Amino acid sequence: MPVLPPPDPGLIARRAAIAADLRRLVPGVSVLEAASERLAYECDALTAHRSPPLLVVLPRTTAEVAAILRYCHDHAVPVVPRGAGTSLSGGATPMADAVLLGMARFNRILEIDRENRCATVEPGVTNLAISQAVAGLGLFYAPDPSSQIACTIGGNVAENSGGVHCLKYGLTTNNVIGVEFVTIEGEIIDIGGKAYGAPGYDVLGALVGSEGLLGIVTRVTVRLLPLPPVARALLIGFATVEQAAATVGAIIAAGIIPAGMEMMDRPAILAAEAFVHAGYPRDVDALLIVELDGCPVEVDDLVARVAALAGENNATICRASRSDAERALFWAGRKAAFPAVGRLAPDYLCMDGTIPRRRLPEMLGRITEMEARFGLKVANVFHAGDGNLHPLIMFDANLPDQTEQAEAFGAEILRLCVAMGGALSGEHGIGLEKRDLMPEMFSERDLEQQMRLKCAFDAGALLNPGKVFPTPCRCAELGKMHVHRGDLRFADLPRF
Amino acid sequence: MEVLAAVTTEQVQAAIADALAARTPLEILAGGSKTGLGRPGAAARRLDVSGLTGILDYDPDELTLTARPGTRLSEIAPMLAARRQMLAFEPPALHRLYGTDGEPTLGGVLAAGLAGPRRIRAGGARDHLLGFSAVNGRAEAWRGGGRVVKNVSGYDMPKLQCGAFGTLSVLTELCLRLVPAPETSLTLLVAADTQAAAGGIMARALNLPQEVSAAACLPDAIAARAGLPRFAPHLVVLRLEGSGASVVDRAAALDREFPVVGELADEGSVLLWQAVGAVAPLLPDPDAIIWRLCPPPARAAEILVALGPLAEHAYLDWGGGLIWLALPDAPPDGAAATLRAALGPDGHATLIRGPAMLRATIPVFPPMSPPLAALNARIRAAFDPALLLNRGRLAREP
Repeated sequence: MPVLPPPDPGLIARRAAIAADLRRLVPGVSVLEAASERLAYECDALTAHRSPPLLVVLPRTTAEVAAILRYCHDHAVPVVPRGAGTSLSGGATPMADAVLLGMARFNRILEIDRENRCATVEPGVTNLAISQAVAGLGLFYAPDPSSQIACTIGGNVAENSGGVHCLKYGLTTNNVIGVEFVTIEGEIIDIGGKAYGAPGYDVLGALVGSEGLLGIVTRVTVRLLPLPPVARALLIGFATVEQAAATVGAIIAAGIIPAGMEMMDRPAILAAEAFVHAGYPRDVDALLIVELDGCPVEVDDLVARVAALAGENNATICRASRSDAERALFWAGRKAAFPAVGRLAPDYLCMDGTIPRRRLPEMLGRITEMEARFGLKVANVFHAGDGNLHPLIMFDANLPDQTEQAEAFGAEILRLCVAMGGALSGEHGIGLEKRDLMPEMFSERDLEQQMRLKCAFDAGALLNPGKVFPTPCRCAELGKMHVHRGDLRFADLPRF
Repeated sequence: MEVLAAVTTEQVQAAIADALAARTPLEILAGGSKTGLGRPGAAARRLDVSGLTGILDYDPDELTLTARPGTRLSEIAPMLAARRQMLAFEPPALHRLYGTDGEPTLGGVLAAGLAGPRRIRAGGARDHLLGFSAVNGRAEAWRGGGRVVKNVSGYDMPKLQCGAFGTLSVLTELCLRLVPAPETSLTLLVAADTQAAAGGIMARALNLPQEVSAAACLPDAIAARAGLPRFAPHLVVLRLEGSGASVVDRAAALDREFPVVGELADEGSVLLWQAVGAVAPLLPDPDAIIWRLCPPPARAAEILVALGPLAEHAYLDWGGGLIWLALPDAPPDGAAATLRAALGPDGHATLIRGPAMLRATIPVFPPMSPPLAALNARIRAAFDPALLLNRGRLAREP
């Protein structure tokens, strides 16, 4: 289990003094100091890691965030940002010697701009609230992580969240067009907005997915898209995972990019069906849900083409939704897959890796082999269209060694993802959970370059320390230049 | 100027190590089609990576392409087209704009962060670079990103490399995402009496669920130069792409909403948008300076009206989010102050073409607030602490 850096007893001893300083500096701000209040923030959705924070601070304005960060910078107090605390990778796991900066009170929608098709909101607004607020205008915000009812847009920015519809519409990074953020030094920086692009380097691109290590986002402008007039889903069952994967490949090869394309394996299908009775077939080894949206003529045409491709790949069942109610029913099982699996075992770990699409069957075969070796069961749900896996490893934390076994199992799956040409995380982030696996994907040089970027934003490494990087960012050391004149290899370089 | 030609990553490393030891800045060049974009450099050495070519892996099933940066777009596009795929961001060919015979390369287009008319639907260059290999200003070979679309493993380094003009590292290998090419392309011509009406048509069209993939507005004189008939003072052009039946259906829906006066199908539609992306309608005057203004799309019409005669040679792309503007007779500052004031804090302006003297004296790229400029300088130094790579190209540097 990855461990956080050992807390600084000196900081813990100063808890009351730091709380008093913050209350004085930022009048009216909520500073939670009592053990019972801090306990409520002891973990995010990676519940295996718990430690009440030094203090919880709940600002309401950008100026308050700036004042808090400036103080923390000047007094070398680490800061852990938190949105709704739904991170599955421990992106918001607190530290005993760090201020937890809760952004939930930044909960206002500031502007909806129909003509420029964008909305400006505070980071504590939930993902779903944005789409709900603009639905009346015939618009929506595309990324839809499965926690969208609870997760905040600020957290989405931090983790570059995806969702089932990002196959067609992109991830958070493709749909956020501006932010205001505060640096650890307390400087307020505005980047991007309603215009396409922004001056300078793509700082916005670097901030999205930076897991709270570069700055605190205090305002977000998102692009809105017109709601498609029609969406239909196909529910397709196969006797083998290979046939389902071949169908996914055939759909993409035919030039069709569905709005979403999800796969479930047999354990996931059975768990979901038992939980929500979505009408899923129980006698198939793989189930695909393919959603197509757009104008009616196009959607009907694509539904027919996808059904034909499924038939060519020996689908045993293929149903197309005829109403939005039926479409919602097709999705109900998939969307409830996590809690459904949660009923089968006392605990489960939700993994998140990406592989090239075509290697799905091979990966599933390897996971089956690992199940036997680790003595643990797995249910698999995939964002099949973009090769993003979510194996759910079931275990019982009360049994000796099972937590460690489950984590080792998960780590082996992720190592295999990297070996297959994929990534350690598709949409949940590295956080604390996958931190120590980063060297599987990146060389020491690659990680040093990433840490140097961190140093450009936060030279004291105070923002969300202990996350993403397996070794601490030592900026002074990383900044040194080593020039070895004797080592130059330019003799063979053609010169003109 | 001393020219170092690298055809391998090791040679790029050697050239940078040499420059680092000598503390001599390096100008980085691939196809050389856009040397006129940016502040003029004063480097005594050039690192020519145009020989760093080759398609390393084209994987149509996974919709990815891996190639070296010197690979020409003219080699890549037909190969993708043969499999009915494409680069979605529609990289524009600007060599005619710069009057160079250099050929646009994959590395050049991404380093300059250029995207064509489909940006409003498919995103910019930044949205399509999945991963890369590069050499930083410490002469270290390193890698960022990956080969899959969904990847939140560490910082999104590909985003930073796009539009950095090689100042953060010299790219040596690029992995891009591809999309299926549309079966058909159809452009509707819509007449508008005023700039404001034209702006309103574009905004309404883009708010409809018809998946308009490009929206431009050309004044009649400029429309004529693009080979379009002169129907009205302003011509709005809206592109639909997709399967035949779908395009027909969506075109009918737009026809019910707007005064459609004509259409261009297939080849005609494709050629029009290539011209719009390449700024062809503004090119007849080779001495005019050319600006790219990016306002909030809905403000474009108002800005053009406010600019008055300065905006005589101008047209809109990106639904108004991009104003291409040519100035045959510009004031000494190239009208930079006037244009930037008209845009205000919500927009930004880049001098795309102008004499070297002008590019040396005014900010070619949009000025930044002091904290953002300072952050940019720190980011630059995090990759290239000796400021060797394309020194001075983006901003004045010591």
